[in-house]
Amino acid sequence: MSPLNPARVAREFPTRYRLEAARCDGCGAVSFPPRVVCPACRGRKFATVSLEPEGKVLTWTVIHVGPSSHKHEVPYALAVVELAGGVRITCQIADVDPARVEAGMPVRLEFRRIQEDGEAGVIAYGHKAVPA
Amino acid sequence: MSVGIVGYGAYIPRRRIRLGEIAAVWGADAATYERGLELHEKSVPAADEDTITMSVTASRRALARARIDPSSIGAVYVGSESHPYAVKPSGTVVAEALGTGPAVHCADLEFACKAGSEGMFLAAALVKSGEVQHALAVGADTSQGAPGDALEYSAAAGAAAFIFGSTNLVATMEAQVSYMTDTPDFWRREYMRYPRHAGRFTGEPAYFKHTLGATRMLLEKTGLQPKDFAFAVFHQPNGKFPMRAGKLAGFRREQLEAGWLSPWLGNTYSGASPIGLTAILDQARAGDRILMVSYGSGAGSDGFVWAVTDRIDEVRAAAPATRDQLDNGKLYVSYGTYAKMRGKIRMGE
Amino acid sequence: MRDVAIVGIGLSRWGEVWDASLRTLWTEAALAALDDAGLDRVDSITVGSMTPGLFVGQEHLGPLLADELGMAGVPATRVESACASGGVALKTGFAEVAAGLADIVLVTGVEKMTDVSGDECTAALAAAADAELEVFYGATFPGLYAMMARAHMARWGTTREQLAMVAVKNHRHGALNPHAQYRQEITVKDVIESAMVAEPLTILDCSPITDGAAAVVLAELGVARTIAKGRPIVRIAGVGQATDRIALQSRADLTTLPATTLAAQRAFKMAGKTPNDIHLAEVHDCFTIAEILVVEALGFCKPGQGGCQASSGRTALGGEIPVNPSGGLKSKGHPVGATGVAQAVEITTQLRGVAGKRQVAGARVGLTQNMGGTGASTVVHILEVAS
Repeated sequence: MSPLNPARVAREFPTRYRLEAARCDGCGAVSFPPRVVCPACRGRKFATVSLEPEGKVLTWTVIHVGPSSHKHEVPYALAVVELAGGVRITCQIADVDPARVEAGMPVRLEFRRIQEDGEAGVIAYGHKAVPA
Repeated sequence: MSVGIVGYGAYIPRRRIRLGEIAAVWGADAATYERGLELHEKSVPAADEDTITMSVTASRRALARARIDPSSIGAVYVGSESHPYAVKPSGTVVAEALGTGPAVHCADLEFACKAGSEGMFLAAALVKSGEVQHALAVGADTSQGAPGDALEYSAAAGAAAFIFGSTNLVATMEAQVSYMTDTPDFWRREYMRYPRHAGRFTGEPAYFKHTLGATRMLLEKTGLQPKDFAFAVFHQPNGKFPMRAGKLAGFRREQLEAGWLSPWLGNTYSGASPIGLTAILDQARAGDRILMVSYGSGAGSDGFVWAVTDRIDEVRAAAPATRDQLDNGKLYVSYGTYAKMRGKIRMGE
Repeated sequence: MRDVAIVGIGLSRWGEVWDASLRTLWTEAALAALDDAGLDRVDSITVGSMTPGLFVGQEHLGPLLADELGMAGVPATRVESACASGGVALKTGFAEVAAGLADIVLVTGVEKMTDVSGDECTAALAAAADAELEVFYGATFPGLYAMMARAHMARWGTTREQLAMVAVKNHRHGALNPHAQYRQEITVKDVIESAMVAEPLTILDCSPITDGAAAVVLAELGVARTIAKGRPIVRIAGVGQATDRIALQSRADLTTLPATTLAAQRAFKMAGKTPNDIHLAEVHDCFTIAEILVVEALGFCKPGQGGCQASSGRTALGGEIPVNPSGGLKSKGHPVGATGVAQAVEITTQLRGVAGKRQVAGARVGLTQNMGGTGASTVVHILEVAS
């Protein structure tokens, strides 16, 4: 069981690389990542949309004791970010003194390395937020 | 058919290390480096940045300025000497992140510091041939010098991306040339962590011979003279070389300053003259001519003549300016943090 | 539906139990509960355990543990709902007795957490969050609860000291519990100045890593009356369970625990009671902020008032509604799969009136609330002394 099994990583590329989401044909709710059933209305038909890469910090923490996958990054800011359009994501806030992060802070998503499977394994990319 | 740049973008990491911080660790005299090489600080990629992440961000910025449908991009070239994978392309990640779709000719290029301009050369030629509508070329590096080596004072990180096409150009390509010889001035053998270089042999017989050779070819090919250019940019292994090459080629300091970033950026290797070009485009006006000459050890130079169009004013603000990235929002790191982020510390199993 | 009573309770040793394996801990608790009930046979066994596969590389706990008890042949089922595994095992056992599938069920919970490194333990616990949306990006459980704490502080003005007071109160309770893992009293200053884990939560805002098991024996009420041995009979009067969106980011409100509210409403309705009828509660204080959110969600106070419940003494022993008289997860320990069952052990002890120095005077109705993840699963039980 590795979160960085190549097949497992690859199937997330549309969402992690391009921020692809699904807008429900029935109620318009946007699911990110895309789902089979809309959690808002249980609709099953969707259109592919891309998330706006700008948003603001809703709530945040600074992780001082990290999991082994991120332990050399501590202390790092982790936040729930609300993107323009209302979709919320969990991500790190990079390129900032963690002490300066606060609720309401405007941020923009940037493409970053999220994890790697050691020095020889796959590198998993995705997005982190940076101060806008 | 005119071919040229439709959109351009640069990415410079926010972290910096001052030369004095490095010199203090190795007992070197910082002032000697600052004066001798005209270097003051350099960019440092964070642990979560690499050639791929910087290429993606620079390419997205180029796309924002180009205002084209990514599916019209038929070729993606990423030039770097620090591809995160030794085997497995960087370009596929960049293309997927941009959403080009699969009908793309994609390749990673390597030729020391001219891998970026190589991609530009190929992309332009491919558009000119009519084979593809748009082509993306990226030069990006997170280069490493061995701890304590002279290269450690300059090896920096950054990326520049250019989308080539034949319509809606911001800069028309008036000429492209390439000049190369087999010259072992700098290399890194397979499986080696850090490169080696041939000291002063990297100067006259290597850097200057090739940059000046390519410049001469461009001037001959176009019939232009240095005074016909608003700007010129040369590969920037340090602060001193590009100014000297420019002056030897007959350019004045005012023509060279806009693209001269290395004193505060360091050597971004494959990104060097391409990032310099983005800084020039940020301030160029319609009708300006730009001469660009890269250099890659081993050795060779690619040269281009660009003529800026009036579309430049429409697209400039669509992405962050290069000088702003260089001058603002800097986060300074200690040597210890730098060594940790750059993987220079031997870790436990 | 048949009435169900708790007729036996038992705990294993709790703490860093270096000399005991998962199966040994479990067997200690199971035997203690069977002995307490005075029974040597059961119709069925349920086992709550979050992730023995990640902690000790062992799945298939049902037959493993039935075998360990010399009861191969008895139906035995492992139940999983992250840190609510024990509570859901209790609900499962309740359902079997209530439905008439069994007259006597041994309900157990177990987790052996110290056979892995700290990093591996963190990773195992993180498996209860959303692996792709949260954990992939570096989220930890303290981090997720810390973000809820920040949201609660921003919305309601809850203070750092109020968070710390939950830990202070529960350690004060735990100091009275011979079974608690950490029995020392602590101060607000101790909590705030202890090592930072995920701002604003420090190590003393977090429940510890614990090896342990808990067990209760359930019996149909009529059967229970025949083996009561003169003790008060503790009846399960209400059961409620609910789920919520698993990732914090998917929830409309980061300061509430809707699954706990729903589960409580269901349990109160079944028991025919209201929050005012509850004399004491054992709730899931995996982090100090969790208890604050839970007492609001259970209806013990108004939304936004959770922060002052511990600091005012209202939820302390001797207060209006003592919460976590055992010391809670914070002081008693938190062997994740065992916790929900251990809460029922504590409430039963209290309702029997044998809780010693931590006895809640006149306790006749108690509540347990056990949750998984950041509250994505919750199960609530209401226990009362049967008339």
